[in-house]
Amino acid sequence: MVEQNLKIELGKQGVFVTTIEELYNWGRRSSVWPMQFGLACCAIEMIATTMARYDLARFGAEVFRPSPRQADLMIISGTVTKKMAPQVVRLYNQMAEPKYVIAMGACAISGGPFKQGYNVLKGIDRYIPVDVHIPGCPPRPEALIHAFMTLQKKIDAQSLTGEGRPRHLDEEAPGEFPVPEGGAHDIEPPANASVWHFPIIR
Amino acid sequence: MKSVEEIKAAIEAAVPGAGVTIVPNSSPSGENSLLIDAQHAFAAAKFLHDDGELALDFLSNVTGVDWLDKETTEKVKVTKQVPKEVDGVQTMVDETVEETRKSVEPGYLEAVYHLFSVAKKHGPVIFRVRTQNRTNGVELPSMTPIWRGAEFQEREVFDLYGIVFVGHPDLRRILMWDGFKDHPMRKDYVEPDDFEYEPTAHDKVLERHKQQLEKVQA
Repeated sequence: MVEQNLKIELGKQGVFVTTIEELYNWGRRSSVWPMQFGLACCAIEMIATTMARYDLARFGAEVFRPSPRQADLMIISGTVTKKMAPQVVRLYNQMAEPKYVIAMGACAISGGPFKQGYNVLKGIDRYIPVDVHIPGCPPRPEALIHAFMTLQKKIDAQSLTGEGRPRHLDEEAPGEFPVPEGGAHDIEPPANASVWHFPIIR
Repeated sequence: MKSVEEIKAAIEAAVPGAGVTIVPNSSPSGENSLLIDAQHAFAAAKFLHDDGELALDFLSNVTGVDWLDKETTEKVKVTKQVPKEVDGVQTMVDETVEETRKSVEPGYLEAVYHLFSVAKKHGPVIFRVRTQNRTNGVELPSMTPIWRGAEFQEREVFDLYGIVFVGHPDLRRILMWDGFKDHPMRKDYVEPDDFEYEPTAHDKVLERHKQQLEKVQA
């Protein structure tokens, strides 16, 4: 490992020193292309974020891909109904690794104002691993940009080996997440136990 | 526009045997509605649509109402012959006893239609149709052949209330998924027990959380 100060000094002399890990993470975080889909009113804020005033392009995420095969980031922008949940999980499964999820807004993280309803999923994190949760109803574009920067920091800090390495470098990690199905009274199963556990109030 | 009473008379004249009742609405809007019996509802609706003077060509809204079985208890004074000893002699004496009587008025499902006329610029005319009961006699005539706009709204009423519209071209669930069995807008609907967490749980909510926690841990 090269010390940070030495690296800066070398940089001044025109010598660029880096590690594979840094280069790899720089590449991963600098062009996180979101998938083009919106679920509810949060999608309007997401659209605003990409437009000239907030300009998500500054973070390398201007290209919203219309296919899950080409996308890296899934922004769950809005209410996930129980009827929609299987499709969302299926789309997530169709995305290629490395892939990230931002749950945007109160509905996507917990069910929001529809939490007590019969037809709304109480948070998408019941079925797929979520990297960043943003509260708000809907969150402002600044909040989405903040979530995006948080995700970039998270990618940057990730080690390529050992515990906590990216999922696609971990042979044991699941590549696919079970898709729930609509049952007679509720969707089955109610949650994926490998990514979500019942919250405990102490 | 004609008053509700006039429309009632017009329907009764046009559709022989149609049972039309006025359901009064005492609110400031005073939008009284017409209750039409299910058998003649389609013919009556066709009349409302086709009649030159009413010309109700626009169906703006279809909704459902769930009326549960109504249980009424009333106290009735009953006079009974009761044996009694009066001055050492057994005689029958009239005695008034208060009895509580329970009667159950069976519930039903109701579809409500709001009609306007674009041609005549008037409305709304509201009519209701009721099913026989809430369990097996839940068929009602579909209004989709008259107003095409009823199609999705009747599907929604079917989905959420379970009213089966006879004559509907494509009666499937519209909001819930196909394998779903319940009708969530019914008053006796039991929602799935997927309760989990409240940020500031206390009292009943905390109690339920603990129960759920035990269930999950088991």
